[in-house]
Parts: sequence; C-alpha cells; structure tokens
Amino acid sequence: MWNRRKEEEPAPKPTSVPPTVSQPAKEGIPMSTQPTRPLEPRTDTTRGGVAILGKSVILKGQIYGREDVTIDGEVEGTVELQEHRLTVGPTGKVVATIKAREIVVLGTVQGNIETREKIEIRKDAKVVGDIRTARIVIEDGAFFKGSIDIVRAEAPKPAAVPPKPQPVASAGTQSPAAAASAGDVKR
Amino acid sequence: MAILDFAGASQATVSFVTNYGHRLYSDDFVRQLDRVFRSSPAGASDAEFFENQTNPALVSDFFELALNFDDGSFDGALVWDSLQFLSSPLLQTVVAKLHRMLRPGASLLALFHTDERIENIPTYAYRIHDKRTIQMVSRSHRKPAQIFNNRNLEKLFQDFQSVKFFLTRDRLREVIVRR
Repeated sequence: MWNRRKEEEPAPKPTSVPPTVSQPAKEGIPMSTQPTRPLEPRTDTTRGGVAILGKSVILKGQIYGREDVTIDGEVEGTVELQEHRLTVGPTGKVVATIKAREIVVLGTVQGNIETREKIEIRKDAKVVGDIRTARIVIEDGAFFKGSIDIVRAEAPKPAAVPPKPQPVASAGTQSPAAAASAGDVKR
Repeated sequence: MAILDFAGASQATVSFVTNYGHRLYSDDFVRQLDRVFRSSPAGASDAEFFENQTNPALVSDFFELALNFDDGSFDGALVWDSLQFLSSPLLQTVVAKLHRMLRPGASLLALFHTDERIENIPTYAYRIHDKRTIQMVSRSHRKPAQIFNNRNLEKLFQDFQSVKFFLTRDRLREVIVRR
C-alpha cells in the first residue's frame, strides 16, 4: 500500500562506445559519451521517514502515522499524524478530516483540518473545510472556502519559584523602610 | 467575533482579521456565481449568466455552495463588490440571507461602482493590509446587473437598521450597513 521513495537511485549503466580505429577501447575502462553521475550517497535527508501514497493509489479508511506522509493519490476517511507533517501533492485528492503537526496542500482537500503548528495552502491548491491552526500561509491563486480559527499556542508555564528566604532583621537594626514594609505584611 | 469575507482567501486579510483574535470565514462569492451560473463549457455570455440566475434549479445549486449558514452566525460581513453581479430576484434573496446570517448590531461592508457610462466595470480582489490600507488587485472587467444609486441601495437594505454611503476616489460607493 505505501510506496516509499527509495533513498538511493540505481547507478546509471555506463554506455560503452564502439571502438574506433583512431581511438581503441581500453579494456576494463568503461567509456561513455554521457557525463556520469557521481556515486555519492544522497545527502537529502528530508525524504527520510516519508511515506508516500502514489498517484494511482486510492485509499478509503483511516490513516494513522508516526512519520511524515505525502499523498499523491486519493484518500477518503481520516488522516491523523499528530506529530508529523502531511503533504498533499499536486495530484493528491483528500476527502477527510485531518489532524497533523503541519500540513502543506498543493492539491485538493475537502474536510476539516486541525494542525498544531502550521498549514500552507499553495498556489493552485483547493481547500474546502474549516481550519484550526496556529499559523496559516495562503499563496495567491489558492482557493479556500471555510473558516479559519487561529489557535494561539499556549506559552509554557514558568517553573514554580521557591519563595525567597526573607532576611531576618533584628528589632534594633531595622531601617524605617523595612519597618514600614514589614508593617504591610499580613500576619 | 466571526467575520464573513466574500473576496476569497488572501494572506493579508486572514492575518489582519485573525490577529485580532477573530474567526474568519472565507469564500470567493463571485467565483461561486460563475461556477453555477456560467457553467456551460464555452462559458455563458453575460445575458445567459443573468438569465441563469432566474433558473430555480441553478439557484438551489448556488445556495448549496454559498451562504449556507445558520441565522446569526456572523458579527460582520465583507461583501465587497459582489452584489453588483446579481440580478433580481436573486439579489433580494441574497440580501435577505445576509440579514438573517448577521447578528443584530453586526456590520456589512459593500462596494458599488458609480459610473453609469461604463458597460463592463473593473472587478478586484480586496485585501486588508492594515487599518488604513485595502489593496485592490485587478481581476477582470465584467458587466454588472445594474448600477445602484443611493435610493436603490436604501431600498435594497431596507430591513437593516442603518445604511451609510461614502464616495471613494475609485468611482466606488462604499456602503456600510448595520443590522
């Protein structure tokens, strides 16, 4: 069901050039008229841990994931990726209630959307539904019909500070100010 | 507060409204009009577009797409220039629906072109940047159903509590209506 984009593409086969009289082929050394791609490991880590639903895939039901998901096919049901990112590709069509940390829409989404961090509705995307999010980005050319509720992220509560020990002033050395403030303290 | 915006979603308006802590409901009203009443493959002519607005089946389709809200859902409506492209009796039905959807005391902002000599009036996408700036992004030119004068507008919004008119420099009459 899930297509995973391969991390490494197969190395291109070297195409050998037929030997000519003026330039005899050297055995063991592949010759090519095409520039060869270096066989370095891919350093693109953004694809790592992304599940991809391909263009031809139609899924009806519930998607629950603990990794980023890209939908290029069609999904009907619910999508829940609480701590991860959902990307609806240009060919993606989603009719679902969606919950994710972050959503990027390039295709079509119909359904209510809830994101903890951000939703991006890109140019040519179409979104119909109500959105609850902390931040929203809408590009020119996107179509959106629905309501937008911005949910402010709660500021982290400061850790409880232990009460400062009050200096103990002796009756003989107490300043007038300290004596005055001491008088405000309810006992 | 809940605000209804007919201009279609734009980053500027969304940010402006939601930064005040309000809820924004966005829809592209003119696009929905075209989708229903100008839906022939070749694109209906202006005459067909207005004639289609009297077709009960199409009107029913339109209200399934647009303005399907409960009574008293909104505290404000940004209608912009969209009412100019509605012919009677759809125009009166839409205004009656707006009246029901707005809470008592709510405000409605609408714009109407004032130049009667122009056949096709410019239309814009309206974006609120700040308290003093509305950006008008040109969209197209299209034929209005009619040109409204003050008396037409007073009659149109007769069920509302008050109607105020302001003439702007872009040959637009700005109308603020209080529910």
